Amino acid sequence: MYINKTFFREMAKVLFSALVTLFGLLILTFFIARLLPIDPVLAVVGEQASEAAYERARQDLGLDKSLFQQLILYLQNIVQGDLGQSFLTRNDIVDDLKRVFPATIELATTATIIGVLIGVPLGTWAAAKQDGWPDHVARFLGVLGHSVPAFWLGMIALLIFYAKLGVVPGPGRVDDIYYGLVTQQTGLILVDSLMQGQIEVFRNAVSHLILPATVLGIFSVANISRMTRNFVLAELRQEYVTTARVKGMDMRTIIIRQVLPNTFVSLITVIALQLGALLEGAVLTETIFGWPGLGLYMKNSLLNADTNAVLGGTLLVGVTFILLNTGADALYRILDPRARN
Amino acid sequence: MNVKSTIEWLVSDEPQSARQAWLGQLFIGFRAFQQNVLGMTGLGIVLGIIIIAALAPVIAPYAPDAQDLSHRLEPSSAQHWLGTDEFGRDIFSRIIYGTTYTLQFVTLVIVAIAPIGLLIGVTAAYAGGVVDHILMRITDIFLSFPRLILALAFVATLGPGLGNAMIAIVLTAWPPYARVARAEALRIRNSDFISAAKIAGAPPRRIVLGHIVPLCIPTIIVRGSLDMGSIILTAASLGFLGLGAQPPQPEWGAMISAGRQYFLEQWWISTIPGIAICIATIGFNLLGDGLRDVLDPKYR
Repeated sequence: MYINKTFFREMAKVLFSALVTLFGLLILTFFIARLLPIDPVLAVVGEQASEAAYERARQDLGLDKSLFQQLILYLQNIVQGDLGQSFLTRNDIVDDLKRVFPATIELATTATIIGVLIGVPLGTWAAAKQDGWPDHVARFLGVLGHSVPAFWLGMIALLIFYAKLGVVPGPGRVDDIYYGLVTQQTGLILVDSLMQGQIEVFRNAVSHLILPATVLGIFSVANISRMTRNFVLAELRQEYVTTARVKGMDMRTIIIRQVLPNTFVSLITVIALQLGALLEGAVLTETIFGWPGLGLYMKNSLLNADTNAVLGGTLLVGVTFILLNTGADALYRILDPRARN
Repeated sequence: MNVKSTIEWLVSDEPQSARQAWLGQLFIGFRAFQQNVLGMTGLGIVLGIIIIAALAPVIAPYAPDAQDLSHRLEPSSAQHWLGTDEFGRDIFSRIIYGTTYTLQFVTLVIVAIAPIGLLIGVTAAYAGGVVDHILMRITDIFLSFPRLILALAFVATLGPGLGNAMIAIVLTAWPPYARVARAEALRIRNSDFISAAKIAGAPPRRIVLGHIVPLCIPTIIVRGSLDMGSIILTAASLGFLGLGAQPPQPEWGAMISAGRQYFLEQWWISTIPGIAICIATIGFNLLGDGLRDVLDPKYR
């Protein structure tokens, strides 16, 4: 580990770039909210409001000020953790997001773990036996991952495994009888139930999680295995592999002991990006599986024209994306000295 | 001119005119593409969809919105090959008419975003400096969202509907094109023939529009054809969420959504449009991969 002045300068650069992107993100959501044809005042006071009530609401929302002043106000509010109120639930949007986001994190993380556990070995195997059957499986999954709608795959999975075979429970995070047995601490029901010693709830939650996580995981496997395959193939062309071969090491040892560790740094970036991409898939699959996460929340807000809530969710996804990107970028520079200039 | 001499004319090493050289390149590219089995399969599927869409009124046995309430929710039969939906409408006919929505959507979106991306990317590359920096920052910000989520935010404010869904996707899908066009333009900007044109006194407008833009077009085509599959998926996703095409339009995503409440019993209502989406997406993806193999020198 080379922690010196250059290193800190590098990290500062990464951080600065992330902050600039974050700032741009805020401006973007602001303009989406303000420049489009819905009248936010009407959404608050209703169609039948008197002129005076309308004007008061307009001033409360700060809409009588100039666009620039509105932007400053908007940024101030966000810095203070205020995303406004949901028209639909009348809650602060920040509270709503705090409630629903852990469910999505739980789903997306589990799916990513499935993606890594299956995708990395599959991709490695595909590269080692190019054009063999693991390669074909990886390629088939790749096509599947780019061609099948996530929501449709979820429905088919639900039809087969829930309705026809009955091997998994239906929608939701836990069965109704277990609902409310675990108090929310981290919001991740697997973690909470374990911490509170509710083994039965934990087991039930796992059985609920398996199907949606696997459906999302398939998309993750598709991407991770393809990238792993490319990385390993690129490494296999390096001279050290030939040297090791000449010295009499067998391929399996070379790949496991030398090639794979060399791909880890690039893989981390891919996995982080994949986790971010799954947030998009989560929006679609949560609807199917009745998973009370960010996706379901955004969908319900969308259908009720609850613009503030949708934009709050959008902002959260964007921030998560930037954090994942920045984290991966920083880690990449820490782990790989070549990435520092 | 017979076939043989035409081919010789096309593949000539010393083309006499720009047109001959251009046609020759096209011919060589097409021959390379023909060798690509998966690419040809994709082309076949896409052409098939185009033909089905063009002949939809001839092929479809029923009108897409013809209701027959005495035959609701029926499984596959001789009268209704793929069964009927909750209003007794013929699913086969609706799938056939659905091709027009898919094609329209993809075509309009690509036609809109390719020039936008091209313009932004080439401007950034040619202007350089601050302009380049700002334009690429904006591009990065758009790229920091998953595409569907940003499209959702736009639809949330624009309101649901097929047209608004298209606008939302256009507003979110251009950044990769700008990136690609910028990289390509940067490469071209520094080549000798551009310097020659500059020395000869060509104004910037002519250099950009006459020399740089045309050379960026193949890259943009590749990017666009690789993108079509995912545009279909995004469109279907918006339709499914109830934000794109609205019932009774026979758009495939909206059809899946409408069949959801009957899904566990009458599974075909939602399953069949999903298969249609998969086939269309696979077709466009294979075609895109094939075109990339031919047009992108890195893959030759």
